[in-house]
Amino acid sequence: MIKNRLFYSVVWFLSILTLAVLLMIIGYIMYRGLTQISWEFLSEKPALMGKKGGIFPVIIGTLYVTGVALVIAAPIGIAAAVYFVEYSKEGRLVRIIRTFTEVLAGIPSIIIGLFGFAFFVVFLGFGWSVLSGGLSVSLMILPILIRSTEEALKTVPLSYREGSLSLGASKWETTYKIVLPCCKNGILTGLILSIGRVVGETAVIMLTVGGALKVPMSLFDSTRTMALHMYILAAEGISQERAFATAALLVLIILVINGLANIISARIGGAHGK
Amino acid sequence: MKASISEKRGRRSIRETAIERILFLAGITATISVALITIFIFGSGIPALLDSGFVNFLVGTNWSPANGSYGTLPLTAGTMAVTLTALVLGIPTGIACAVFLSEILHRKAARVFKFAIELLAGIPSVVYGFFGLIVVVPAVRTYILPLVRLWDPDAHTTGLSILSGAIILAVMILPTIVSLSENAISSVPAEYREASLALGANKRQTITGVLIPAARSGILASIILGMGRAIGETMAILLITGNVAVLPKSLLDPVATLTGTIAMEMSYASASHQQALFAVGIILFIIIMLLNAVAQGVSKRMGVNQ
Repeated sequence: MIKNRLFYSVVWFLSILTLAVLLMIIGYIMYRGLTQISWEFLSEKPALMGKKGGIFPVIIGTLYVTGVALVIAAPIGIAAAVYFVEYSKEGRLVRIIRTFTEVLAGIPSIIIGLFGFAFFVVFLGFGWSVLSGGLSVSLMILPILIRSTEEALKTVPLSYREGSLSLGASKWETTYKIVLPCCKNGILTGLILSIGRVVGETAVIMLTVGGALKVPMSLFDSTRTMALHMYILAAEGISQERAFATAALLVLIILVINGLANIISARIGGAHGK
Repeated sequence: MKASISEKRGRRSIRETAIERILFLAGITATISVALITIFIFGSGIPALLDSGFVNFLVGTNWSPANGSYGTLPLTAGTMAVTLTALVLGIPTGIACAVFLSEILHRKAARVFKFAIELLAGIPSVVYGFFGLIVVVPAVRTYILPLVRLWDPDAHTTGLSILSGAIILAVMILPTIVSLSENAISSVPAEYREASLALGANKRQTITGVLIPAARSGILASIILGMGRAIGETMAILLITGNVAVLPKSLLDPVATLTGTIAMEMSYASASHQQALFAVGIILFIIIMLLNAVAQGVSKRMGVNQ
């Protein structure tokens, strides 16, 4: 009896503790940060390295890098998933390719950052720029996009494909017009999760985008994302208030992203059930 | 008529082949990327390894780039100290949460709890680091230090320490451990559970005596992956552990980690220093690859067992 009670107490305690830690982290960041967020904070230029003023260029920088990464990774990721699920035949080569896709997902961000620095920034001569950053980060989200598209493709019933093929459509026509449209939600979930990943990424951005505190005018300009800005504010002790405000904004974005992803995948579950 | 149809077919089959080729190219992009990453990390780092001497670089205890001395043992030790402490905190908590999710909570509540765990995974590491810096570091200084002083009066810390880093890392690796362990536990065949209960074991005995042992490969894989996550983590650690490249003697000492050192020093490093940082990247790369391979092996074995 005592053993039972002890066991359940420990399990309950640790689980509640985990939940409490989560609530505490989010609550504390929000409590200290949300009050600092104002229209001026979002729309004005920073002054004194970010000690005063807003984070407008940083928001634009974040959008820019995220956009570039998605534009590069989304078509490749979706196409790769289509290849794996619809086209490839089981074989040694395909197994190796798939393994390496998993390997890419496991590479820590600082290594991707080092690579981005050596390859995009230095070797290809893109410099610290939106382009270098976008390309580097696209490597991190590629596995996410491939995986979520693959999952979605696998839920499309075989009969859809058979029906389309037997009506005389070619394989690509079937894939493009019948199978892929059924995967809209799955692909969307992948895209949303990827956005979350890019927005939260810091190490890669630090090594490949530089950290210029200005609105990037071209792909070859250096800029800053919110996560990097927040790191610099905190690490260099520039402004705790501004760091909290940026952190709160980041957490808010992550909350929205996770919520959206959950809603969409719940819808997939519903569609799958019918 | 016939000719035009076959012509059409011909064009169509050319298009189909072209599309397949393009899709194949997309498919191998990740593989090519891994190859390029490997080539560039090793290519940029190996000169430094040769310069310092392989053994010196690995086991040298003096990391002072200003003097051109690159011994990475303090960095490896720092990474390992933080990671292992994080695992000590994270493993029991993670397994408890997994049991809670799969065996104790009702379905609906479990879904909420799962969502919370996913959120924990989504919070950017730099936010964790900032939270650690503002909350955990002072807490270690003001609450843990006096406790430690009870038996070691000479203890001192600024709060920037292995312990602070490990506390935050433990939270960060929880989602990995919880979700994979939960999968493993709930995929134990129902017969095991039923047989155990039919033999008169109660729920607690079934969980600790049957379910957890049966799911051990999956749980082990989750721990290894969590460990990889901890070793690769950069931004959180950078803000919390103090970044002092000295062999630590206690949990309250500051350390520099492999990842933190790369991130910190890359921005101002000279050419040879940069090479050394790439060589640190090689060490990190190899550790992570080994861990991932082991995790793969372990979870494959699990597949055979069931």
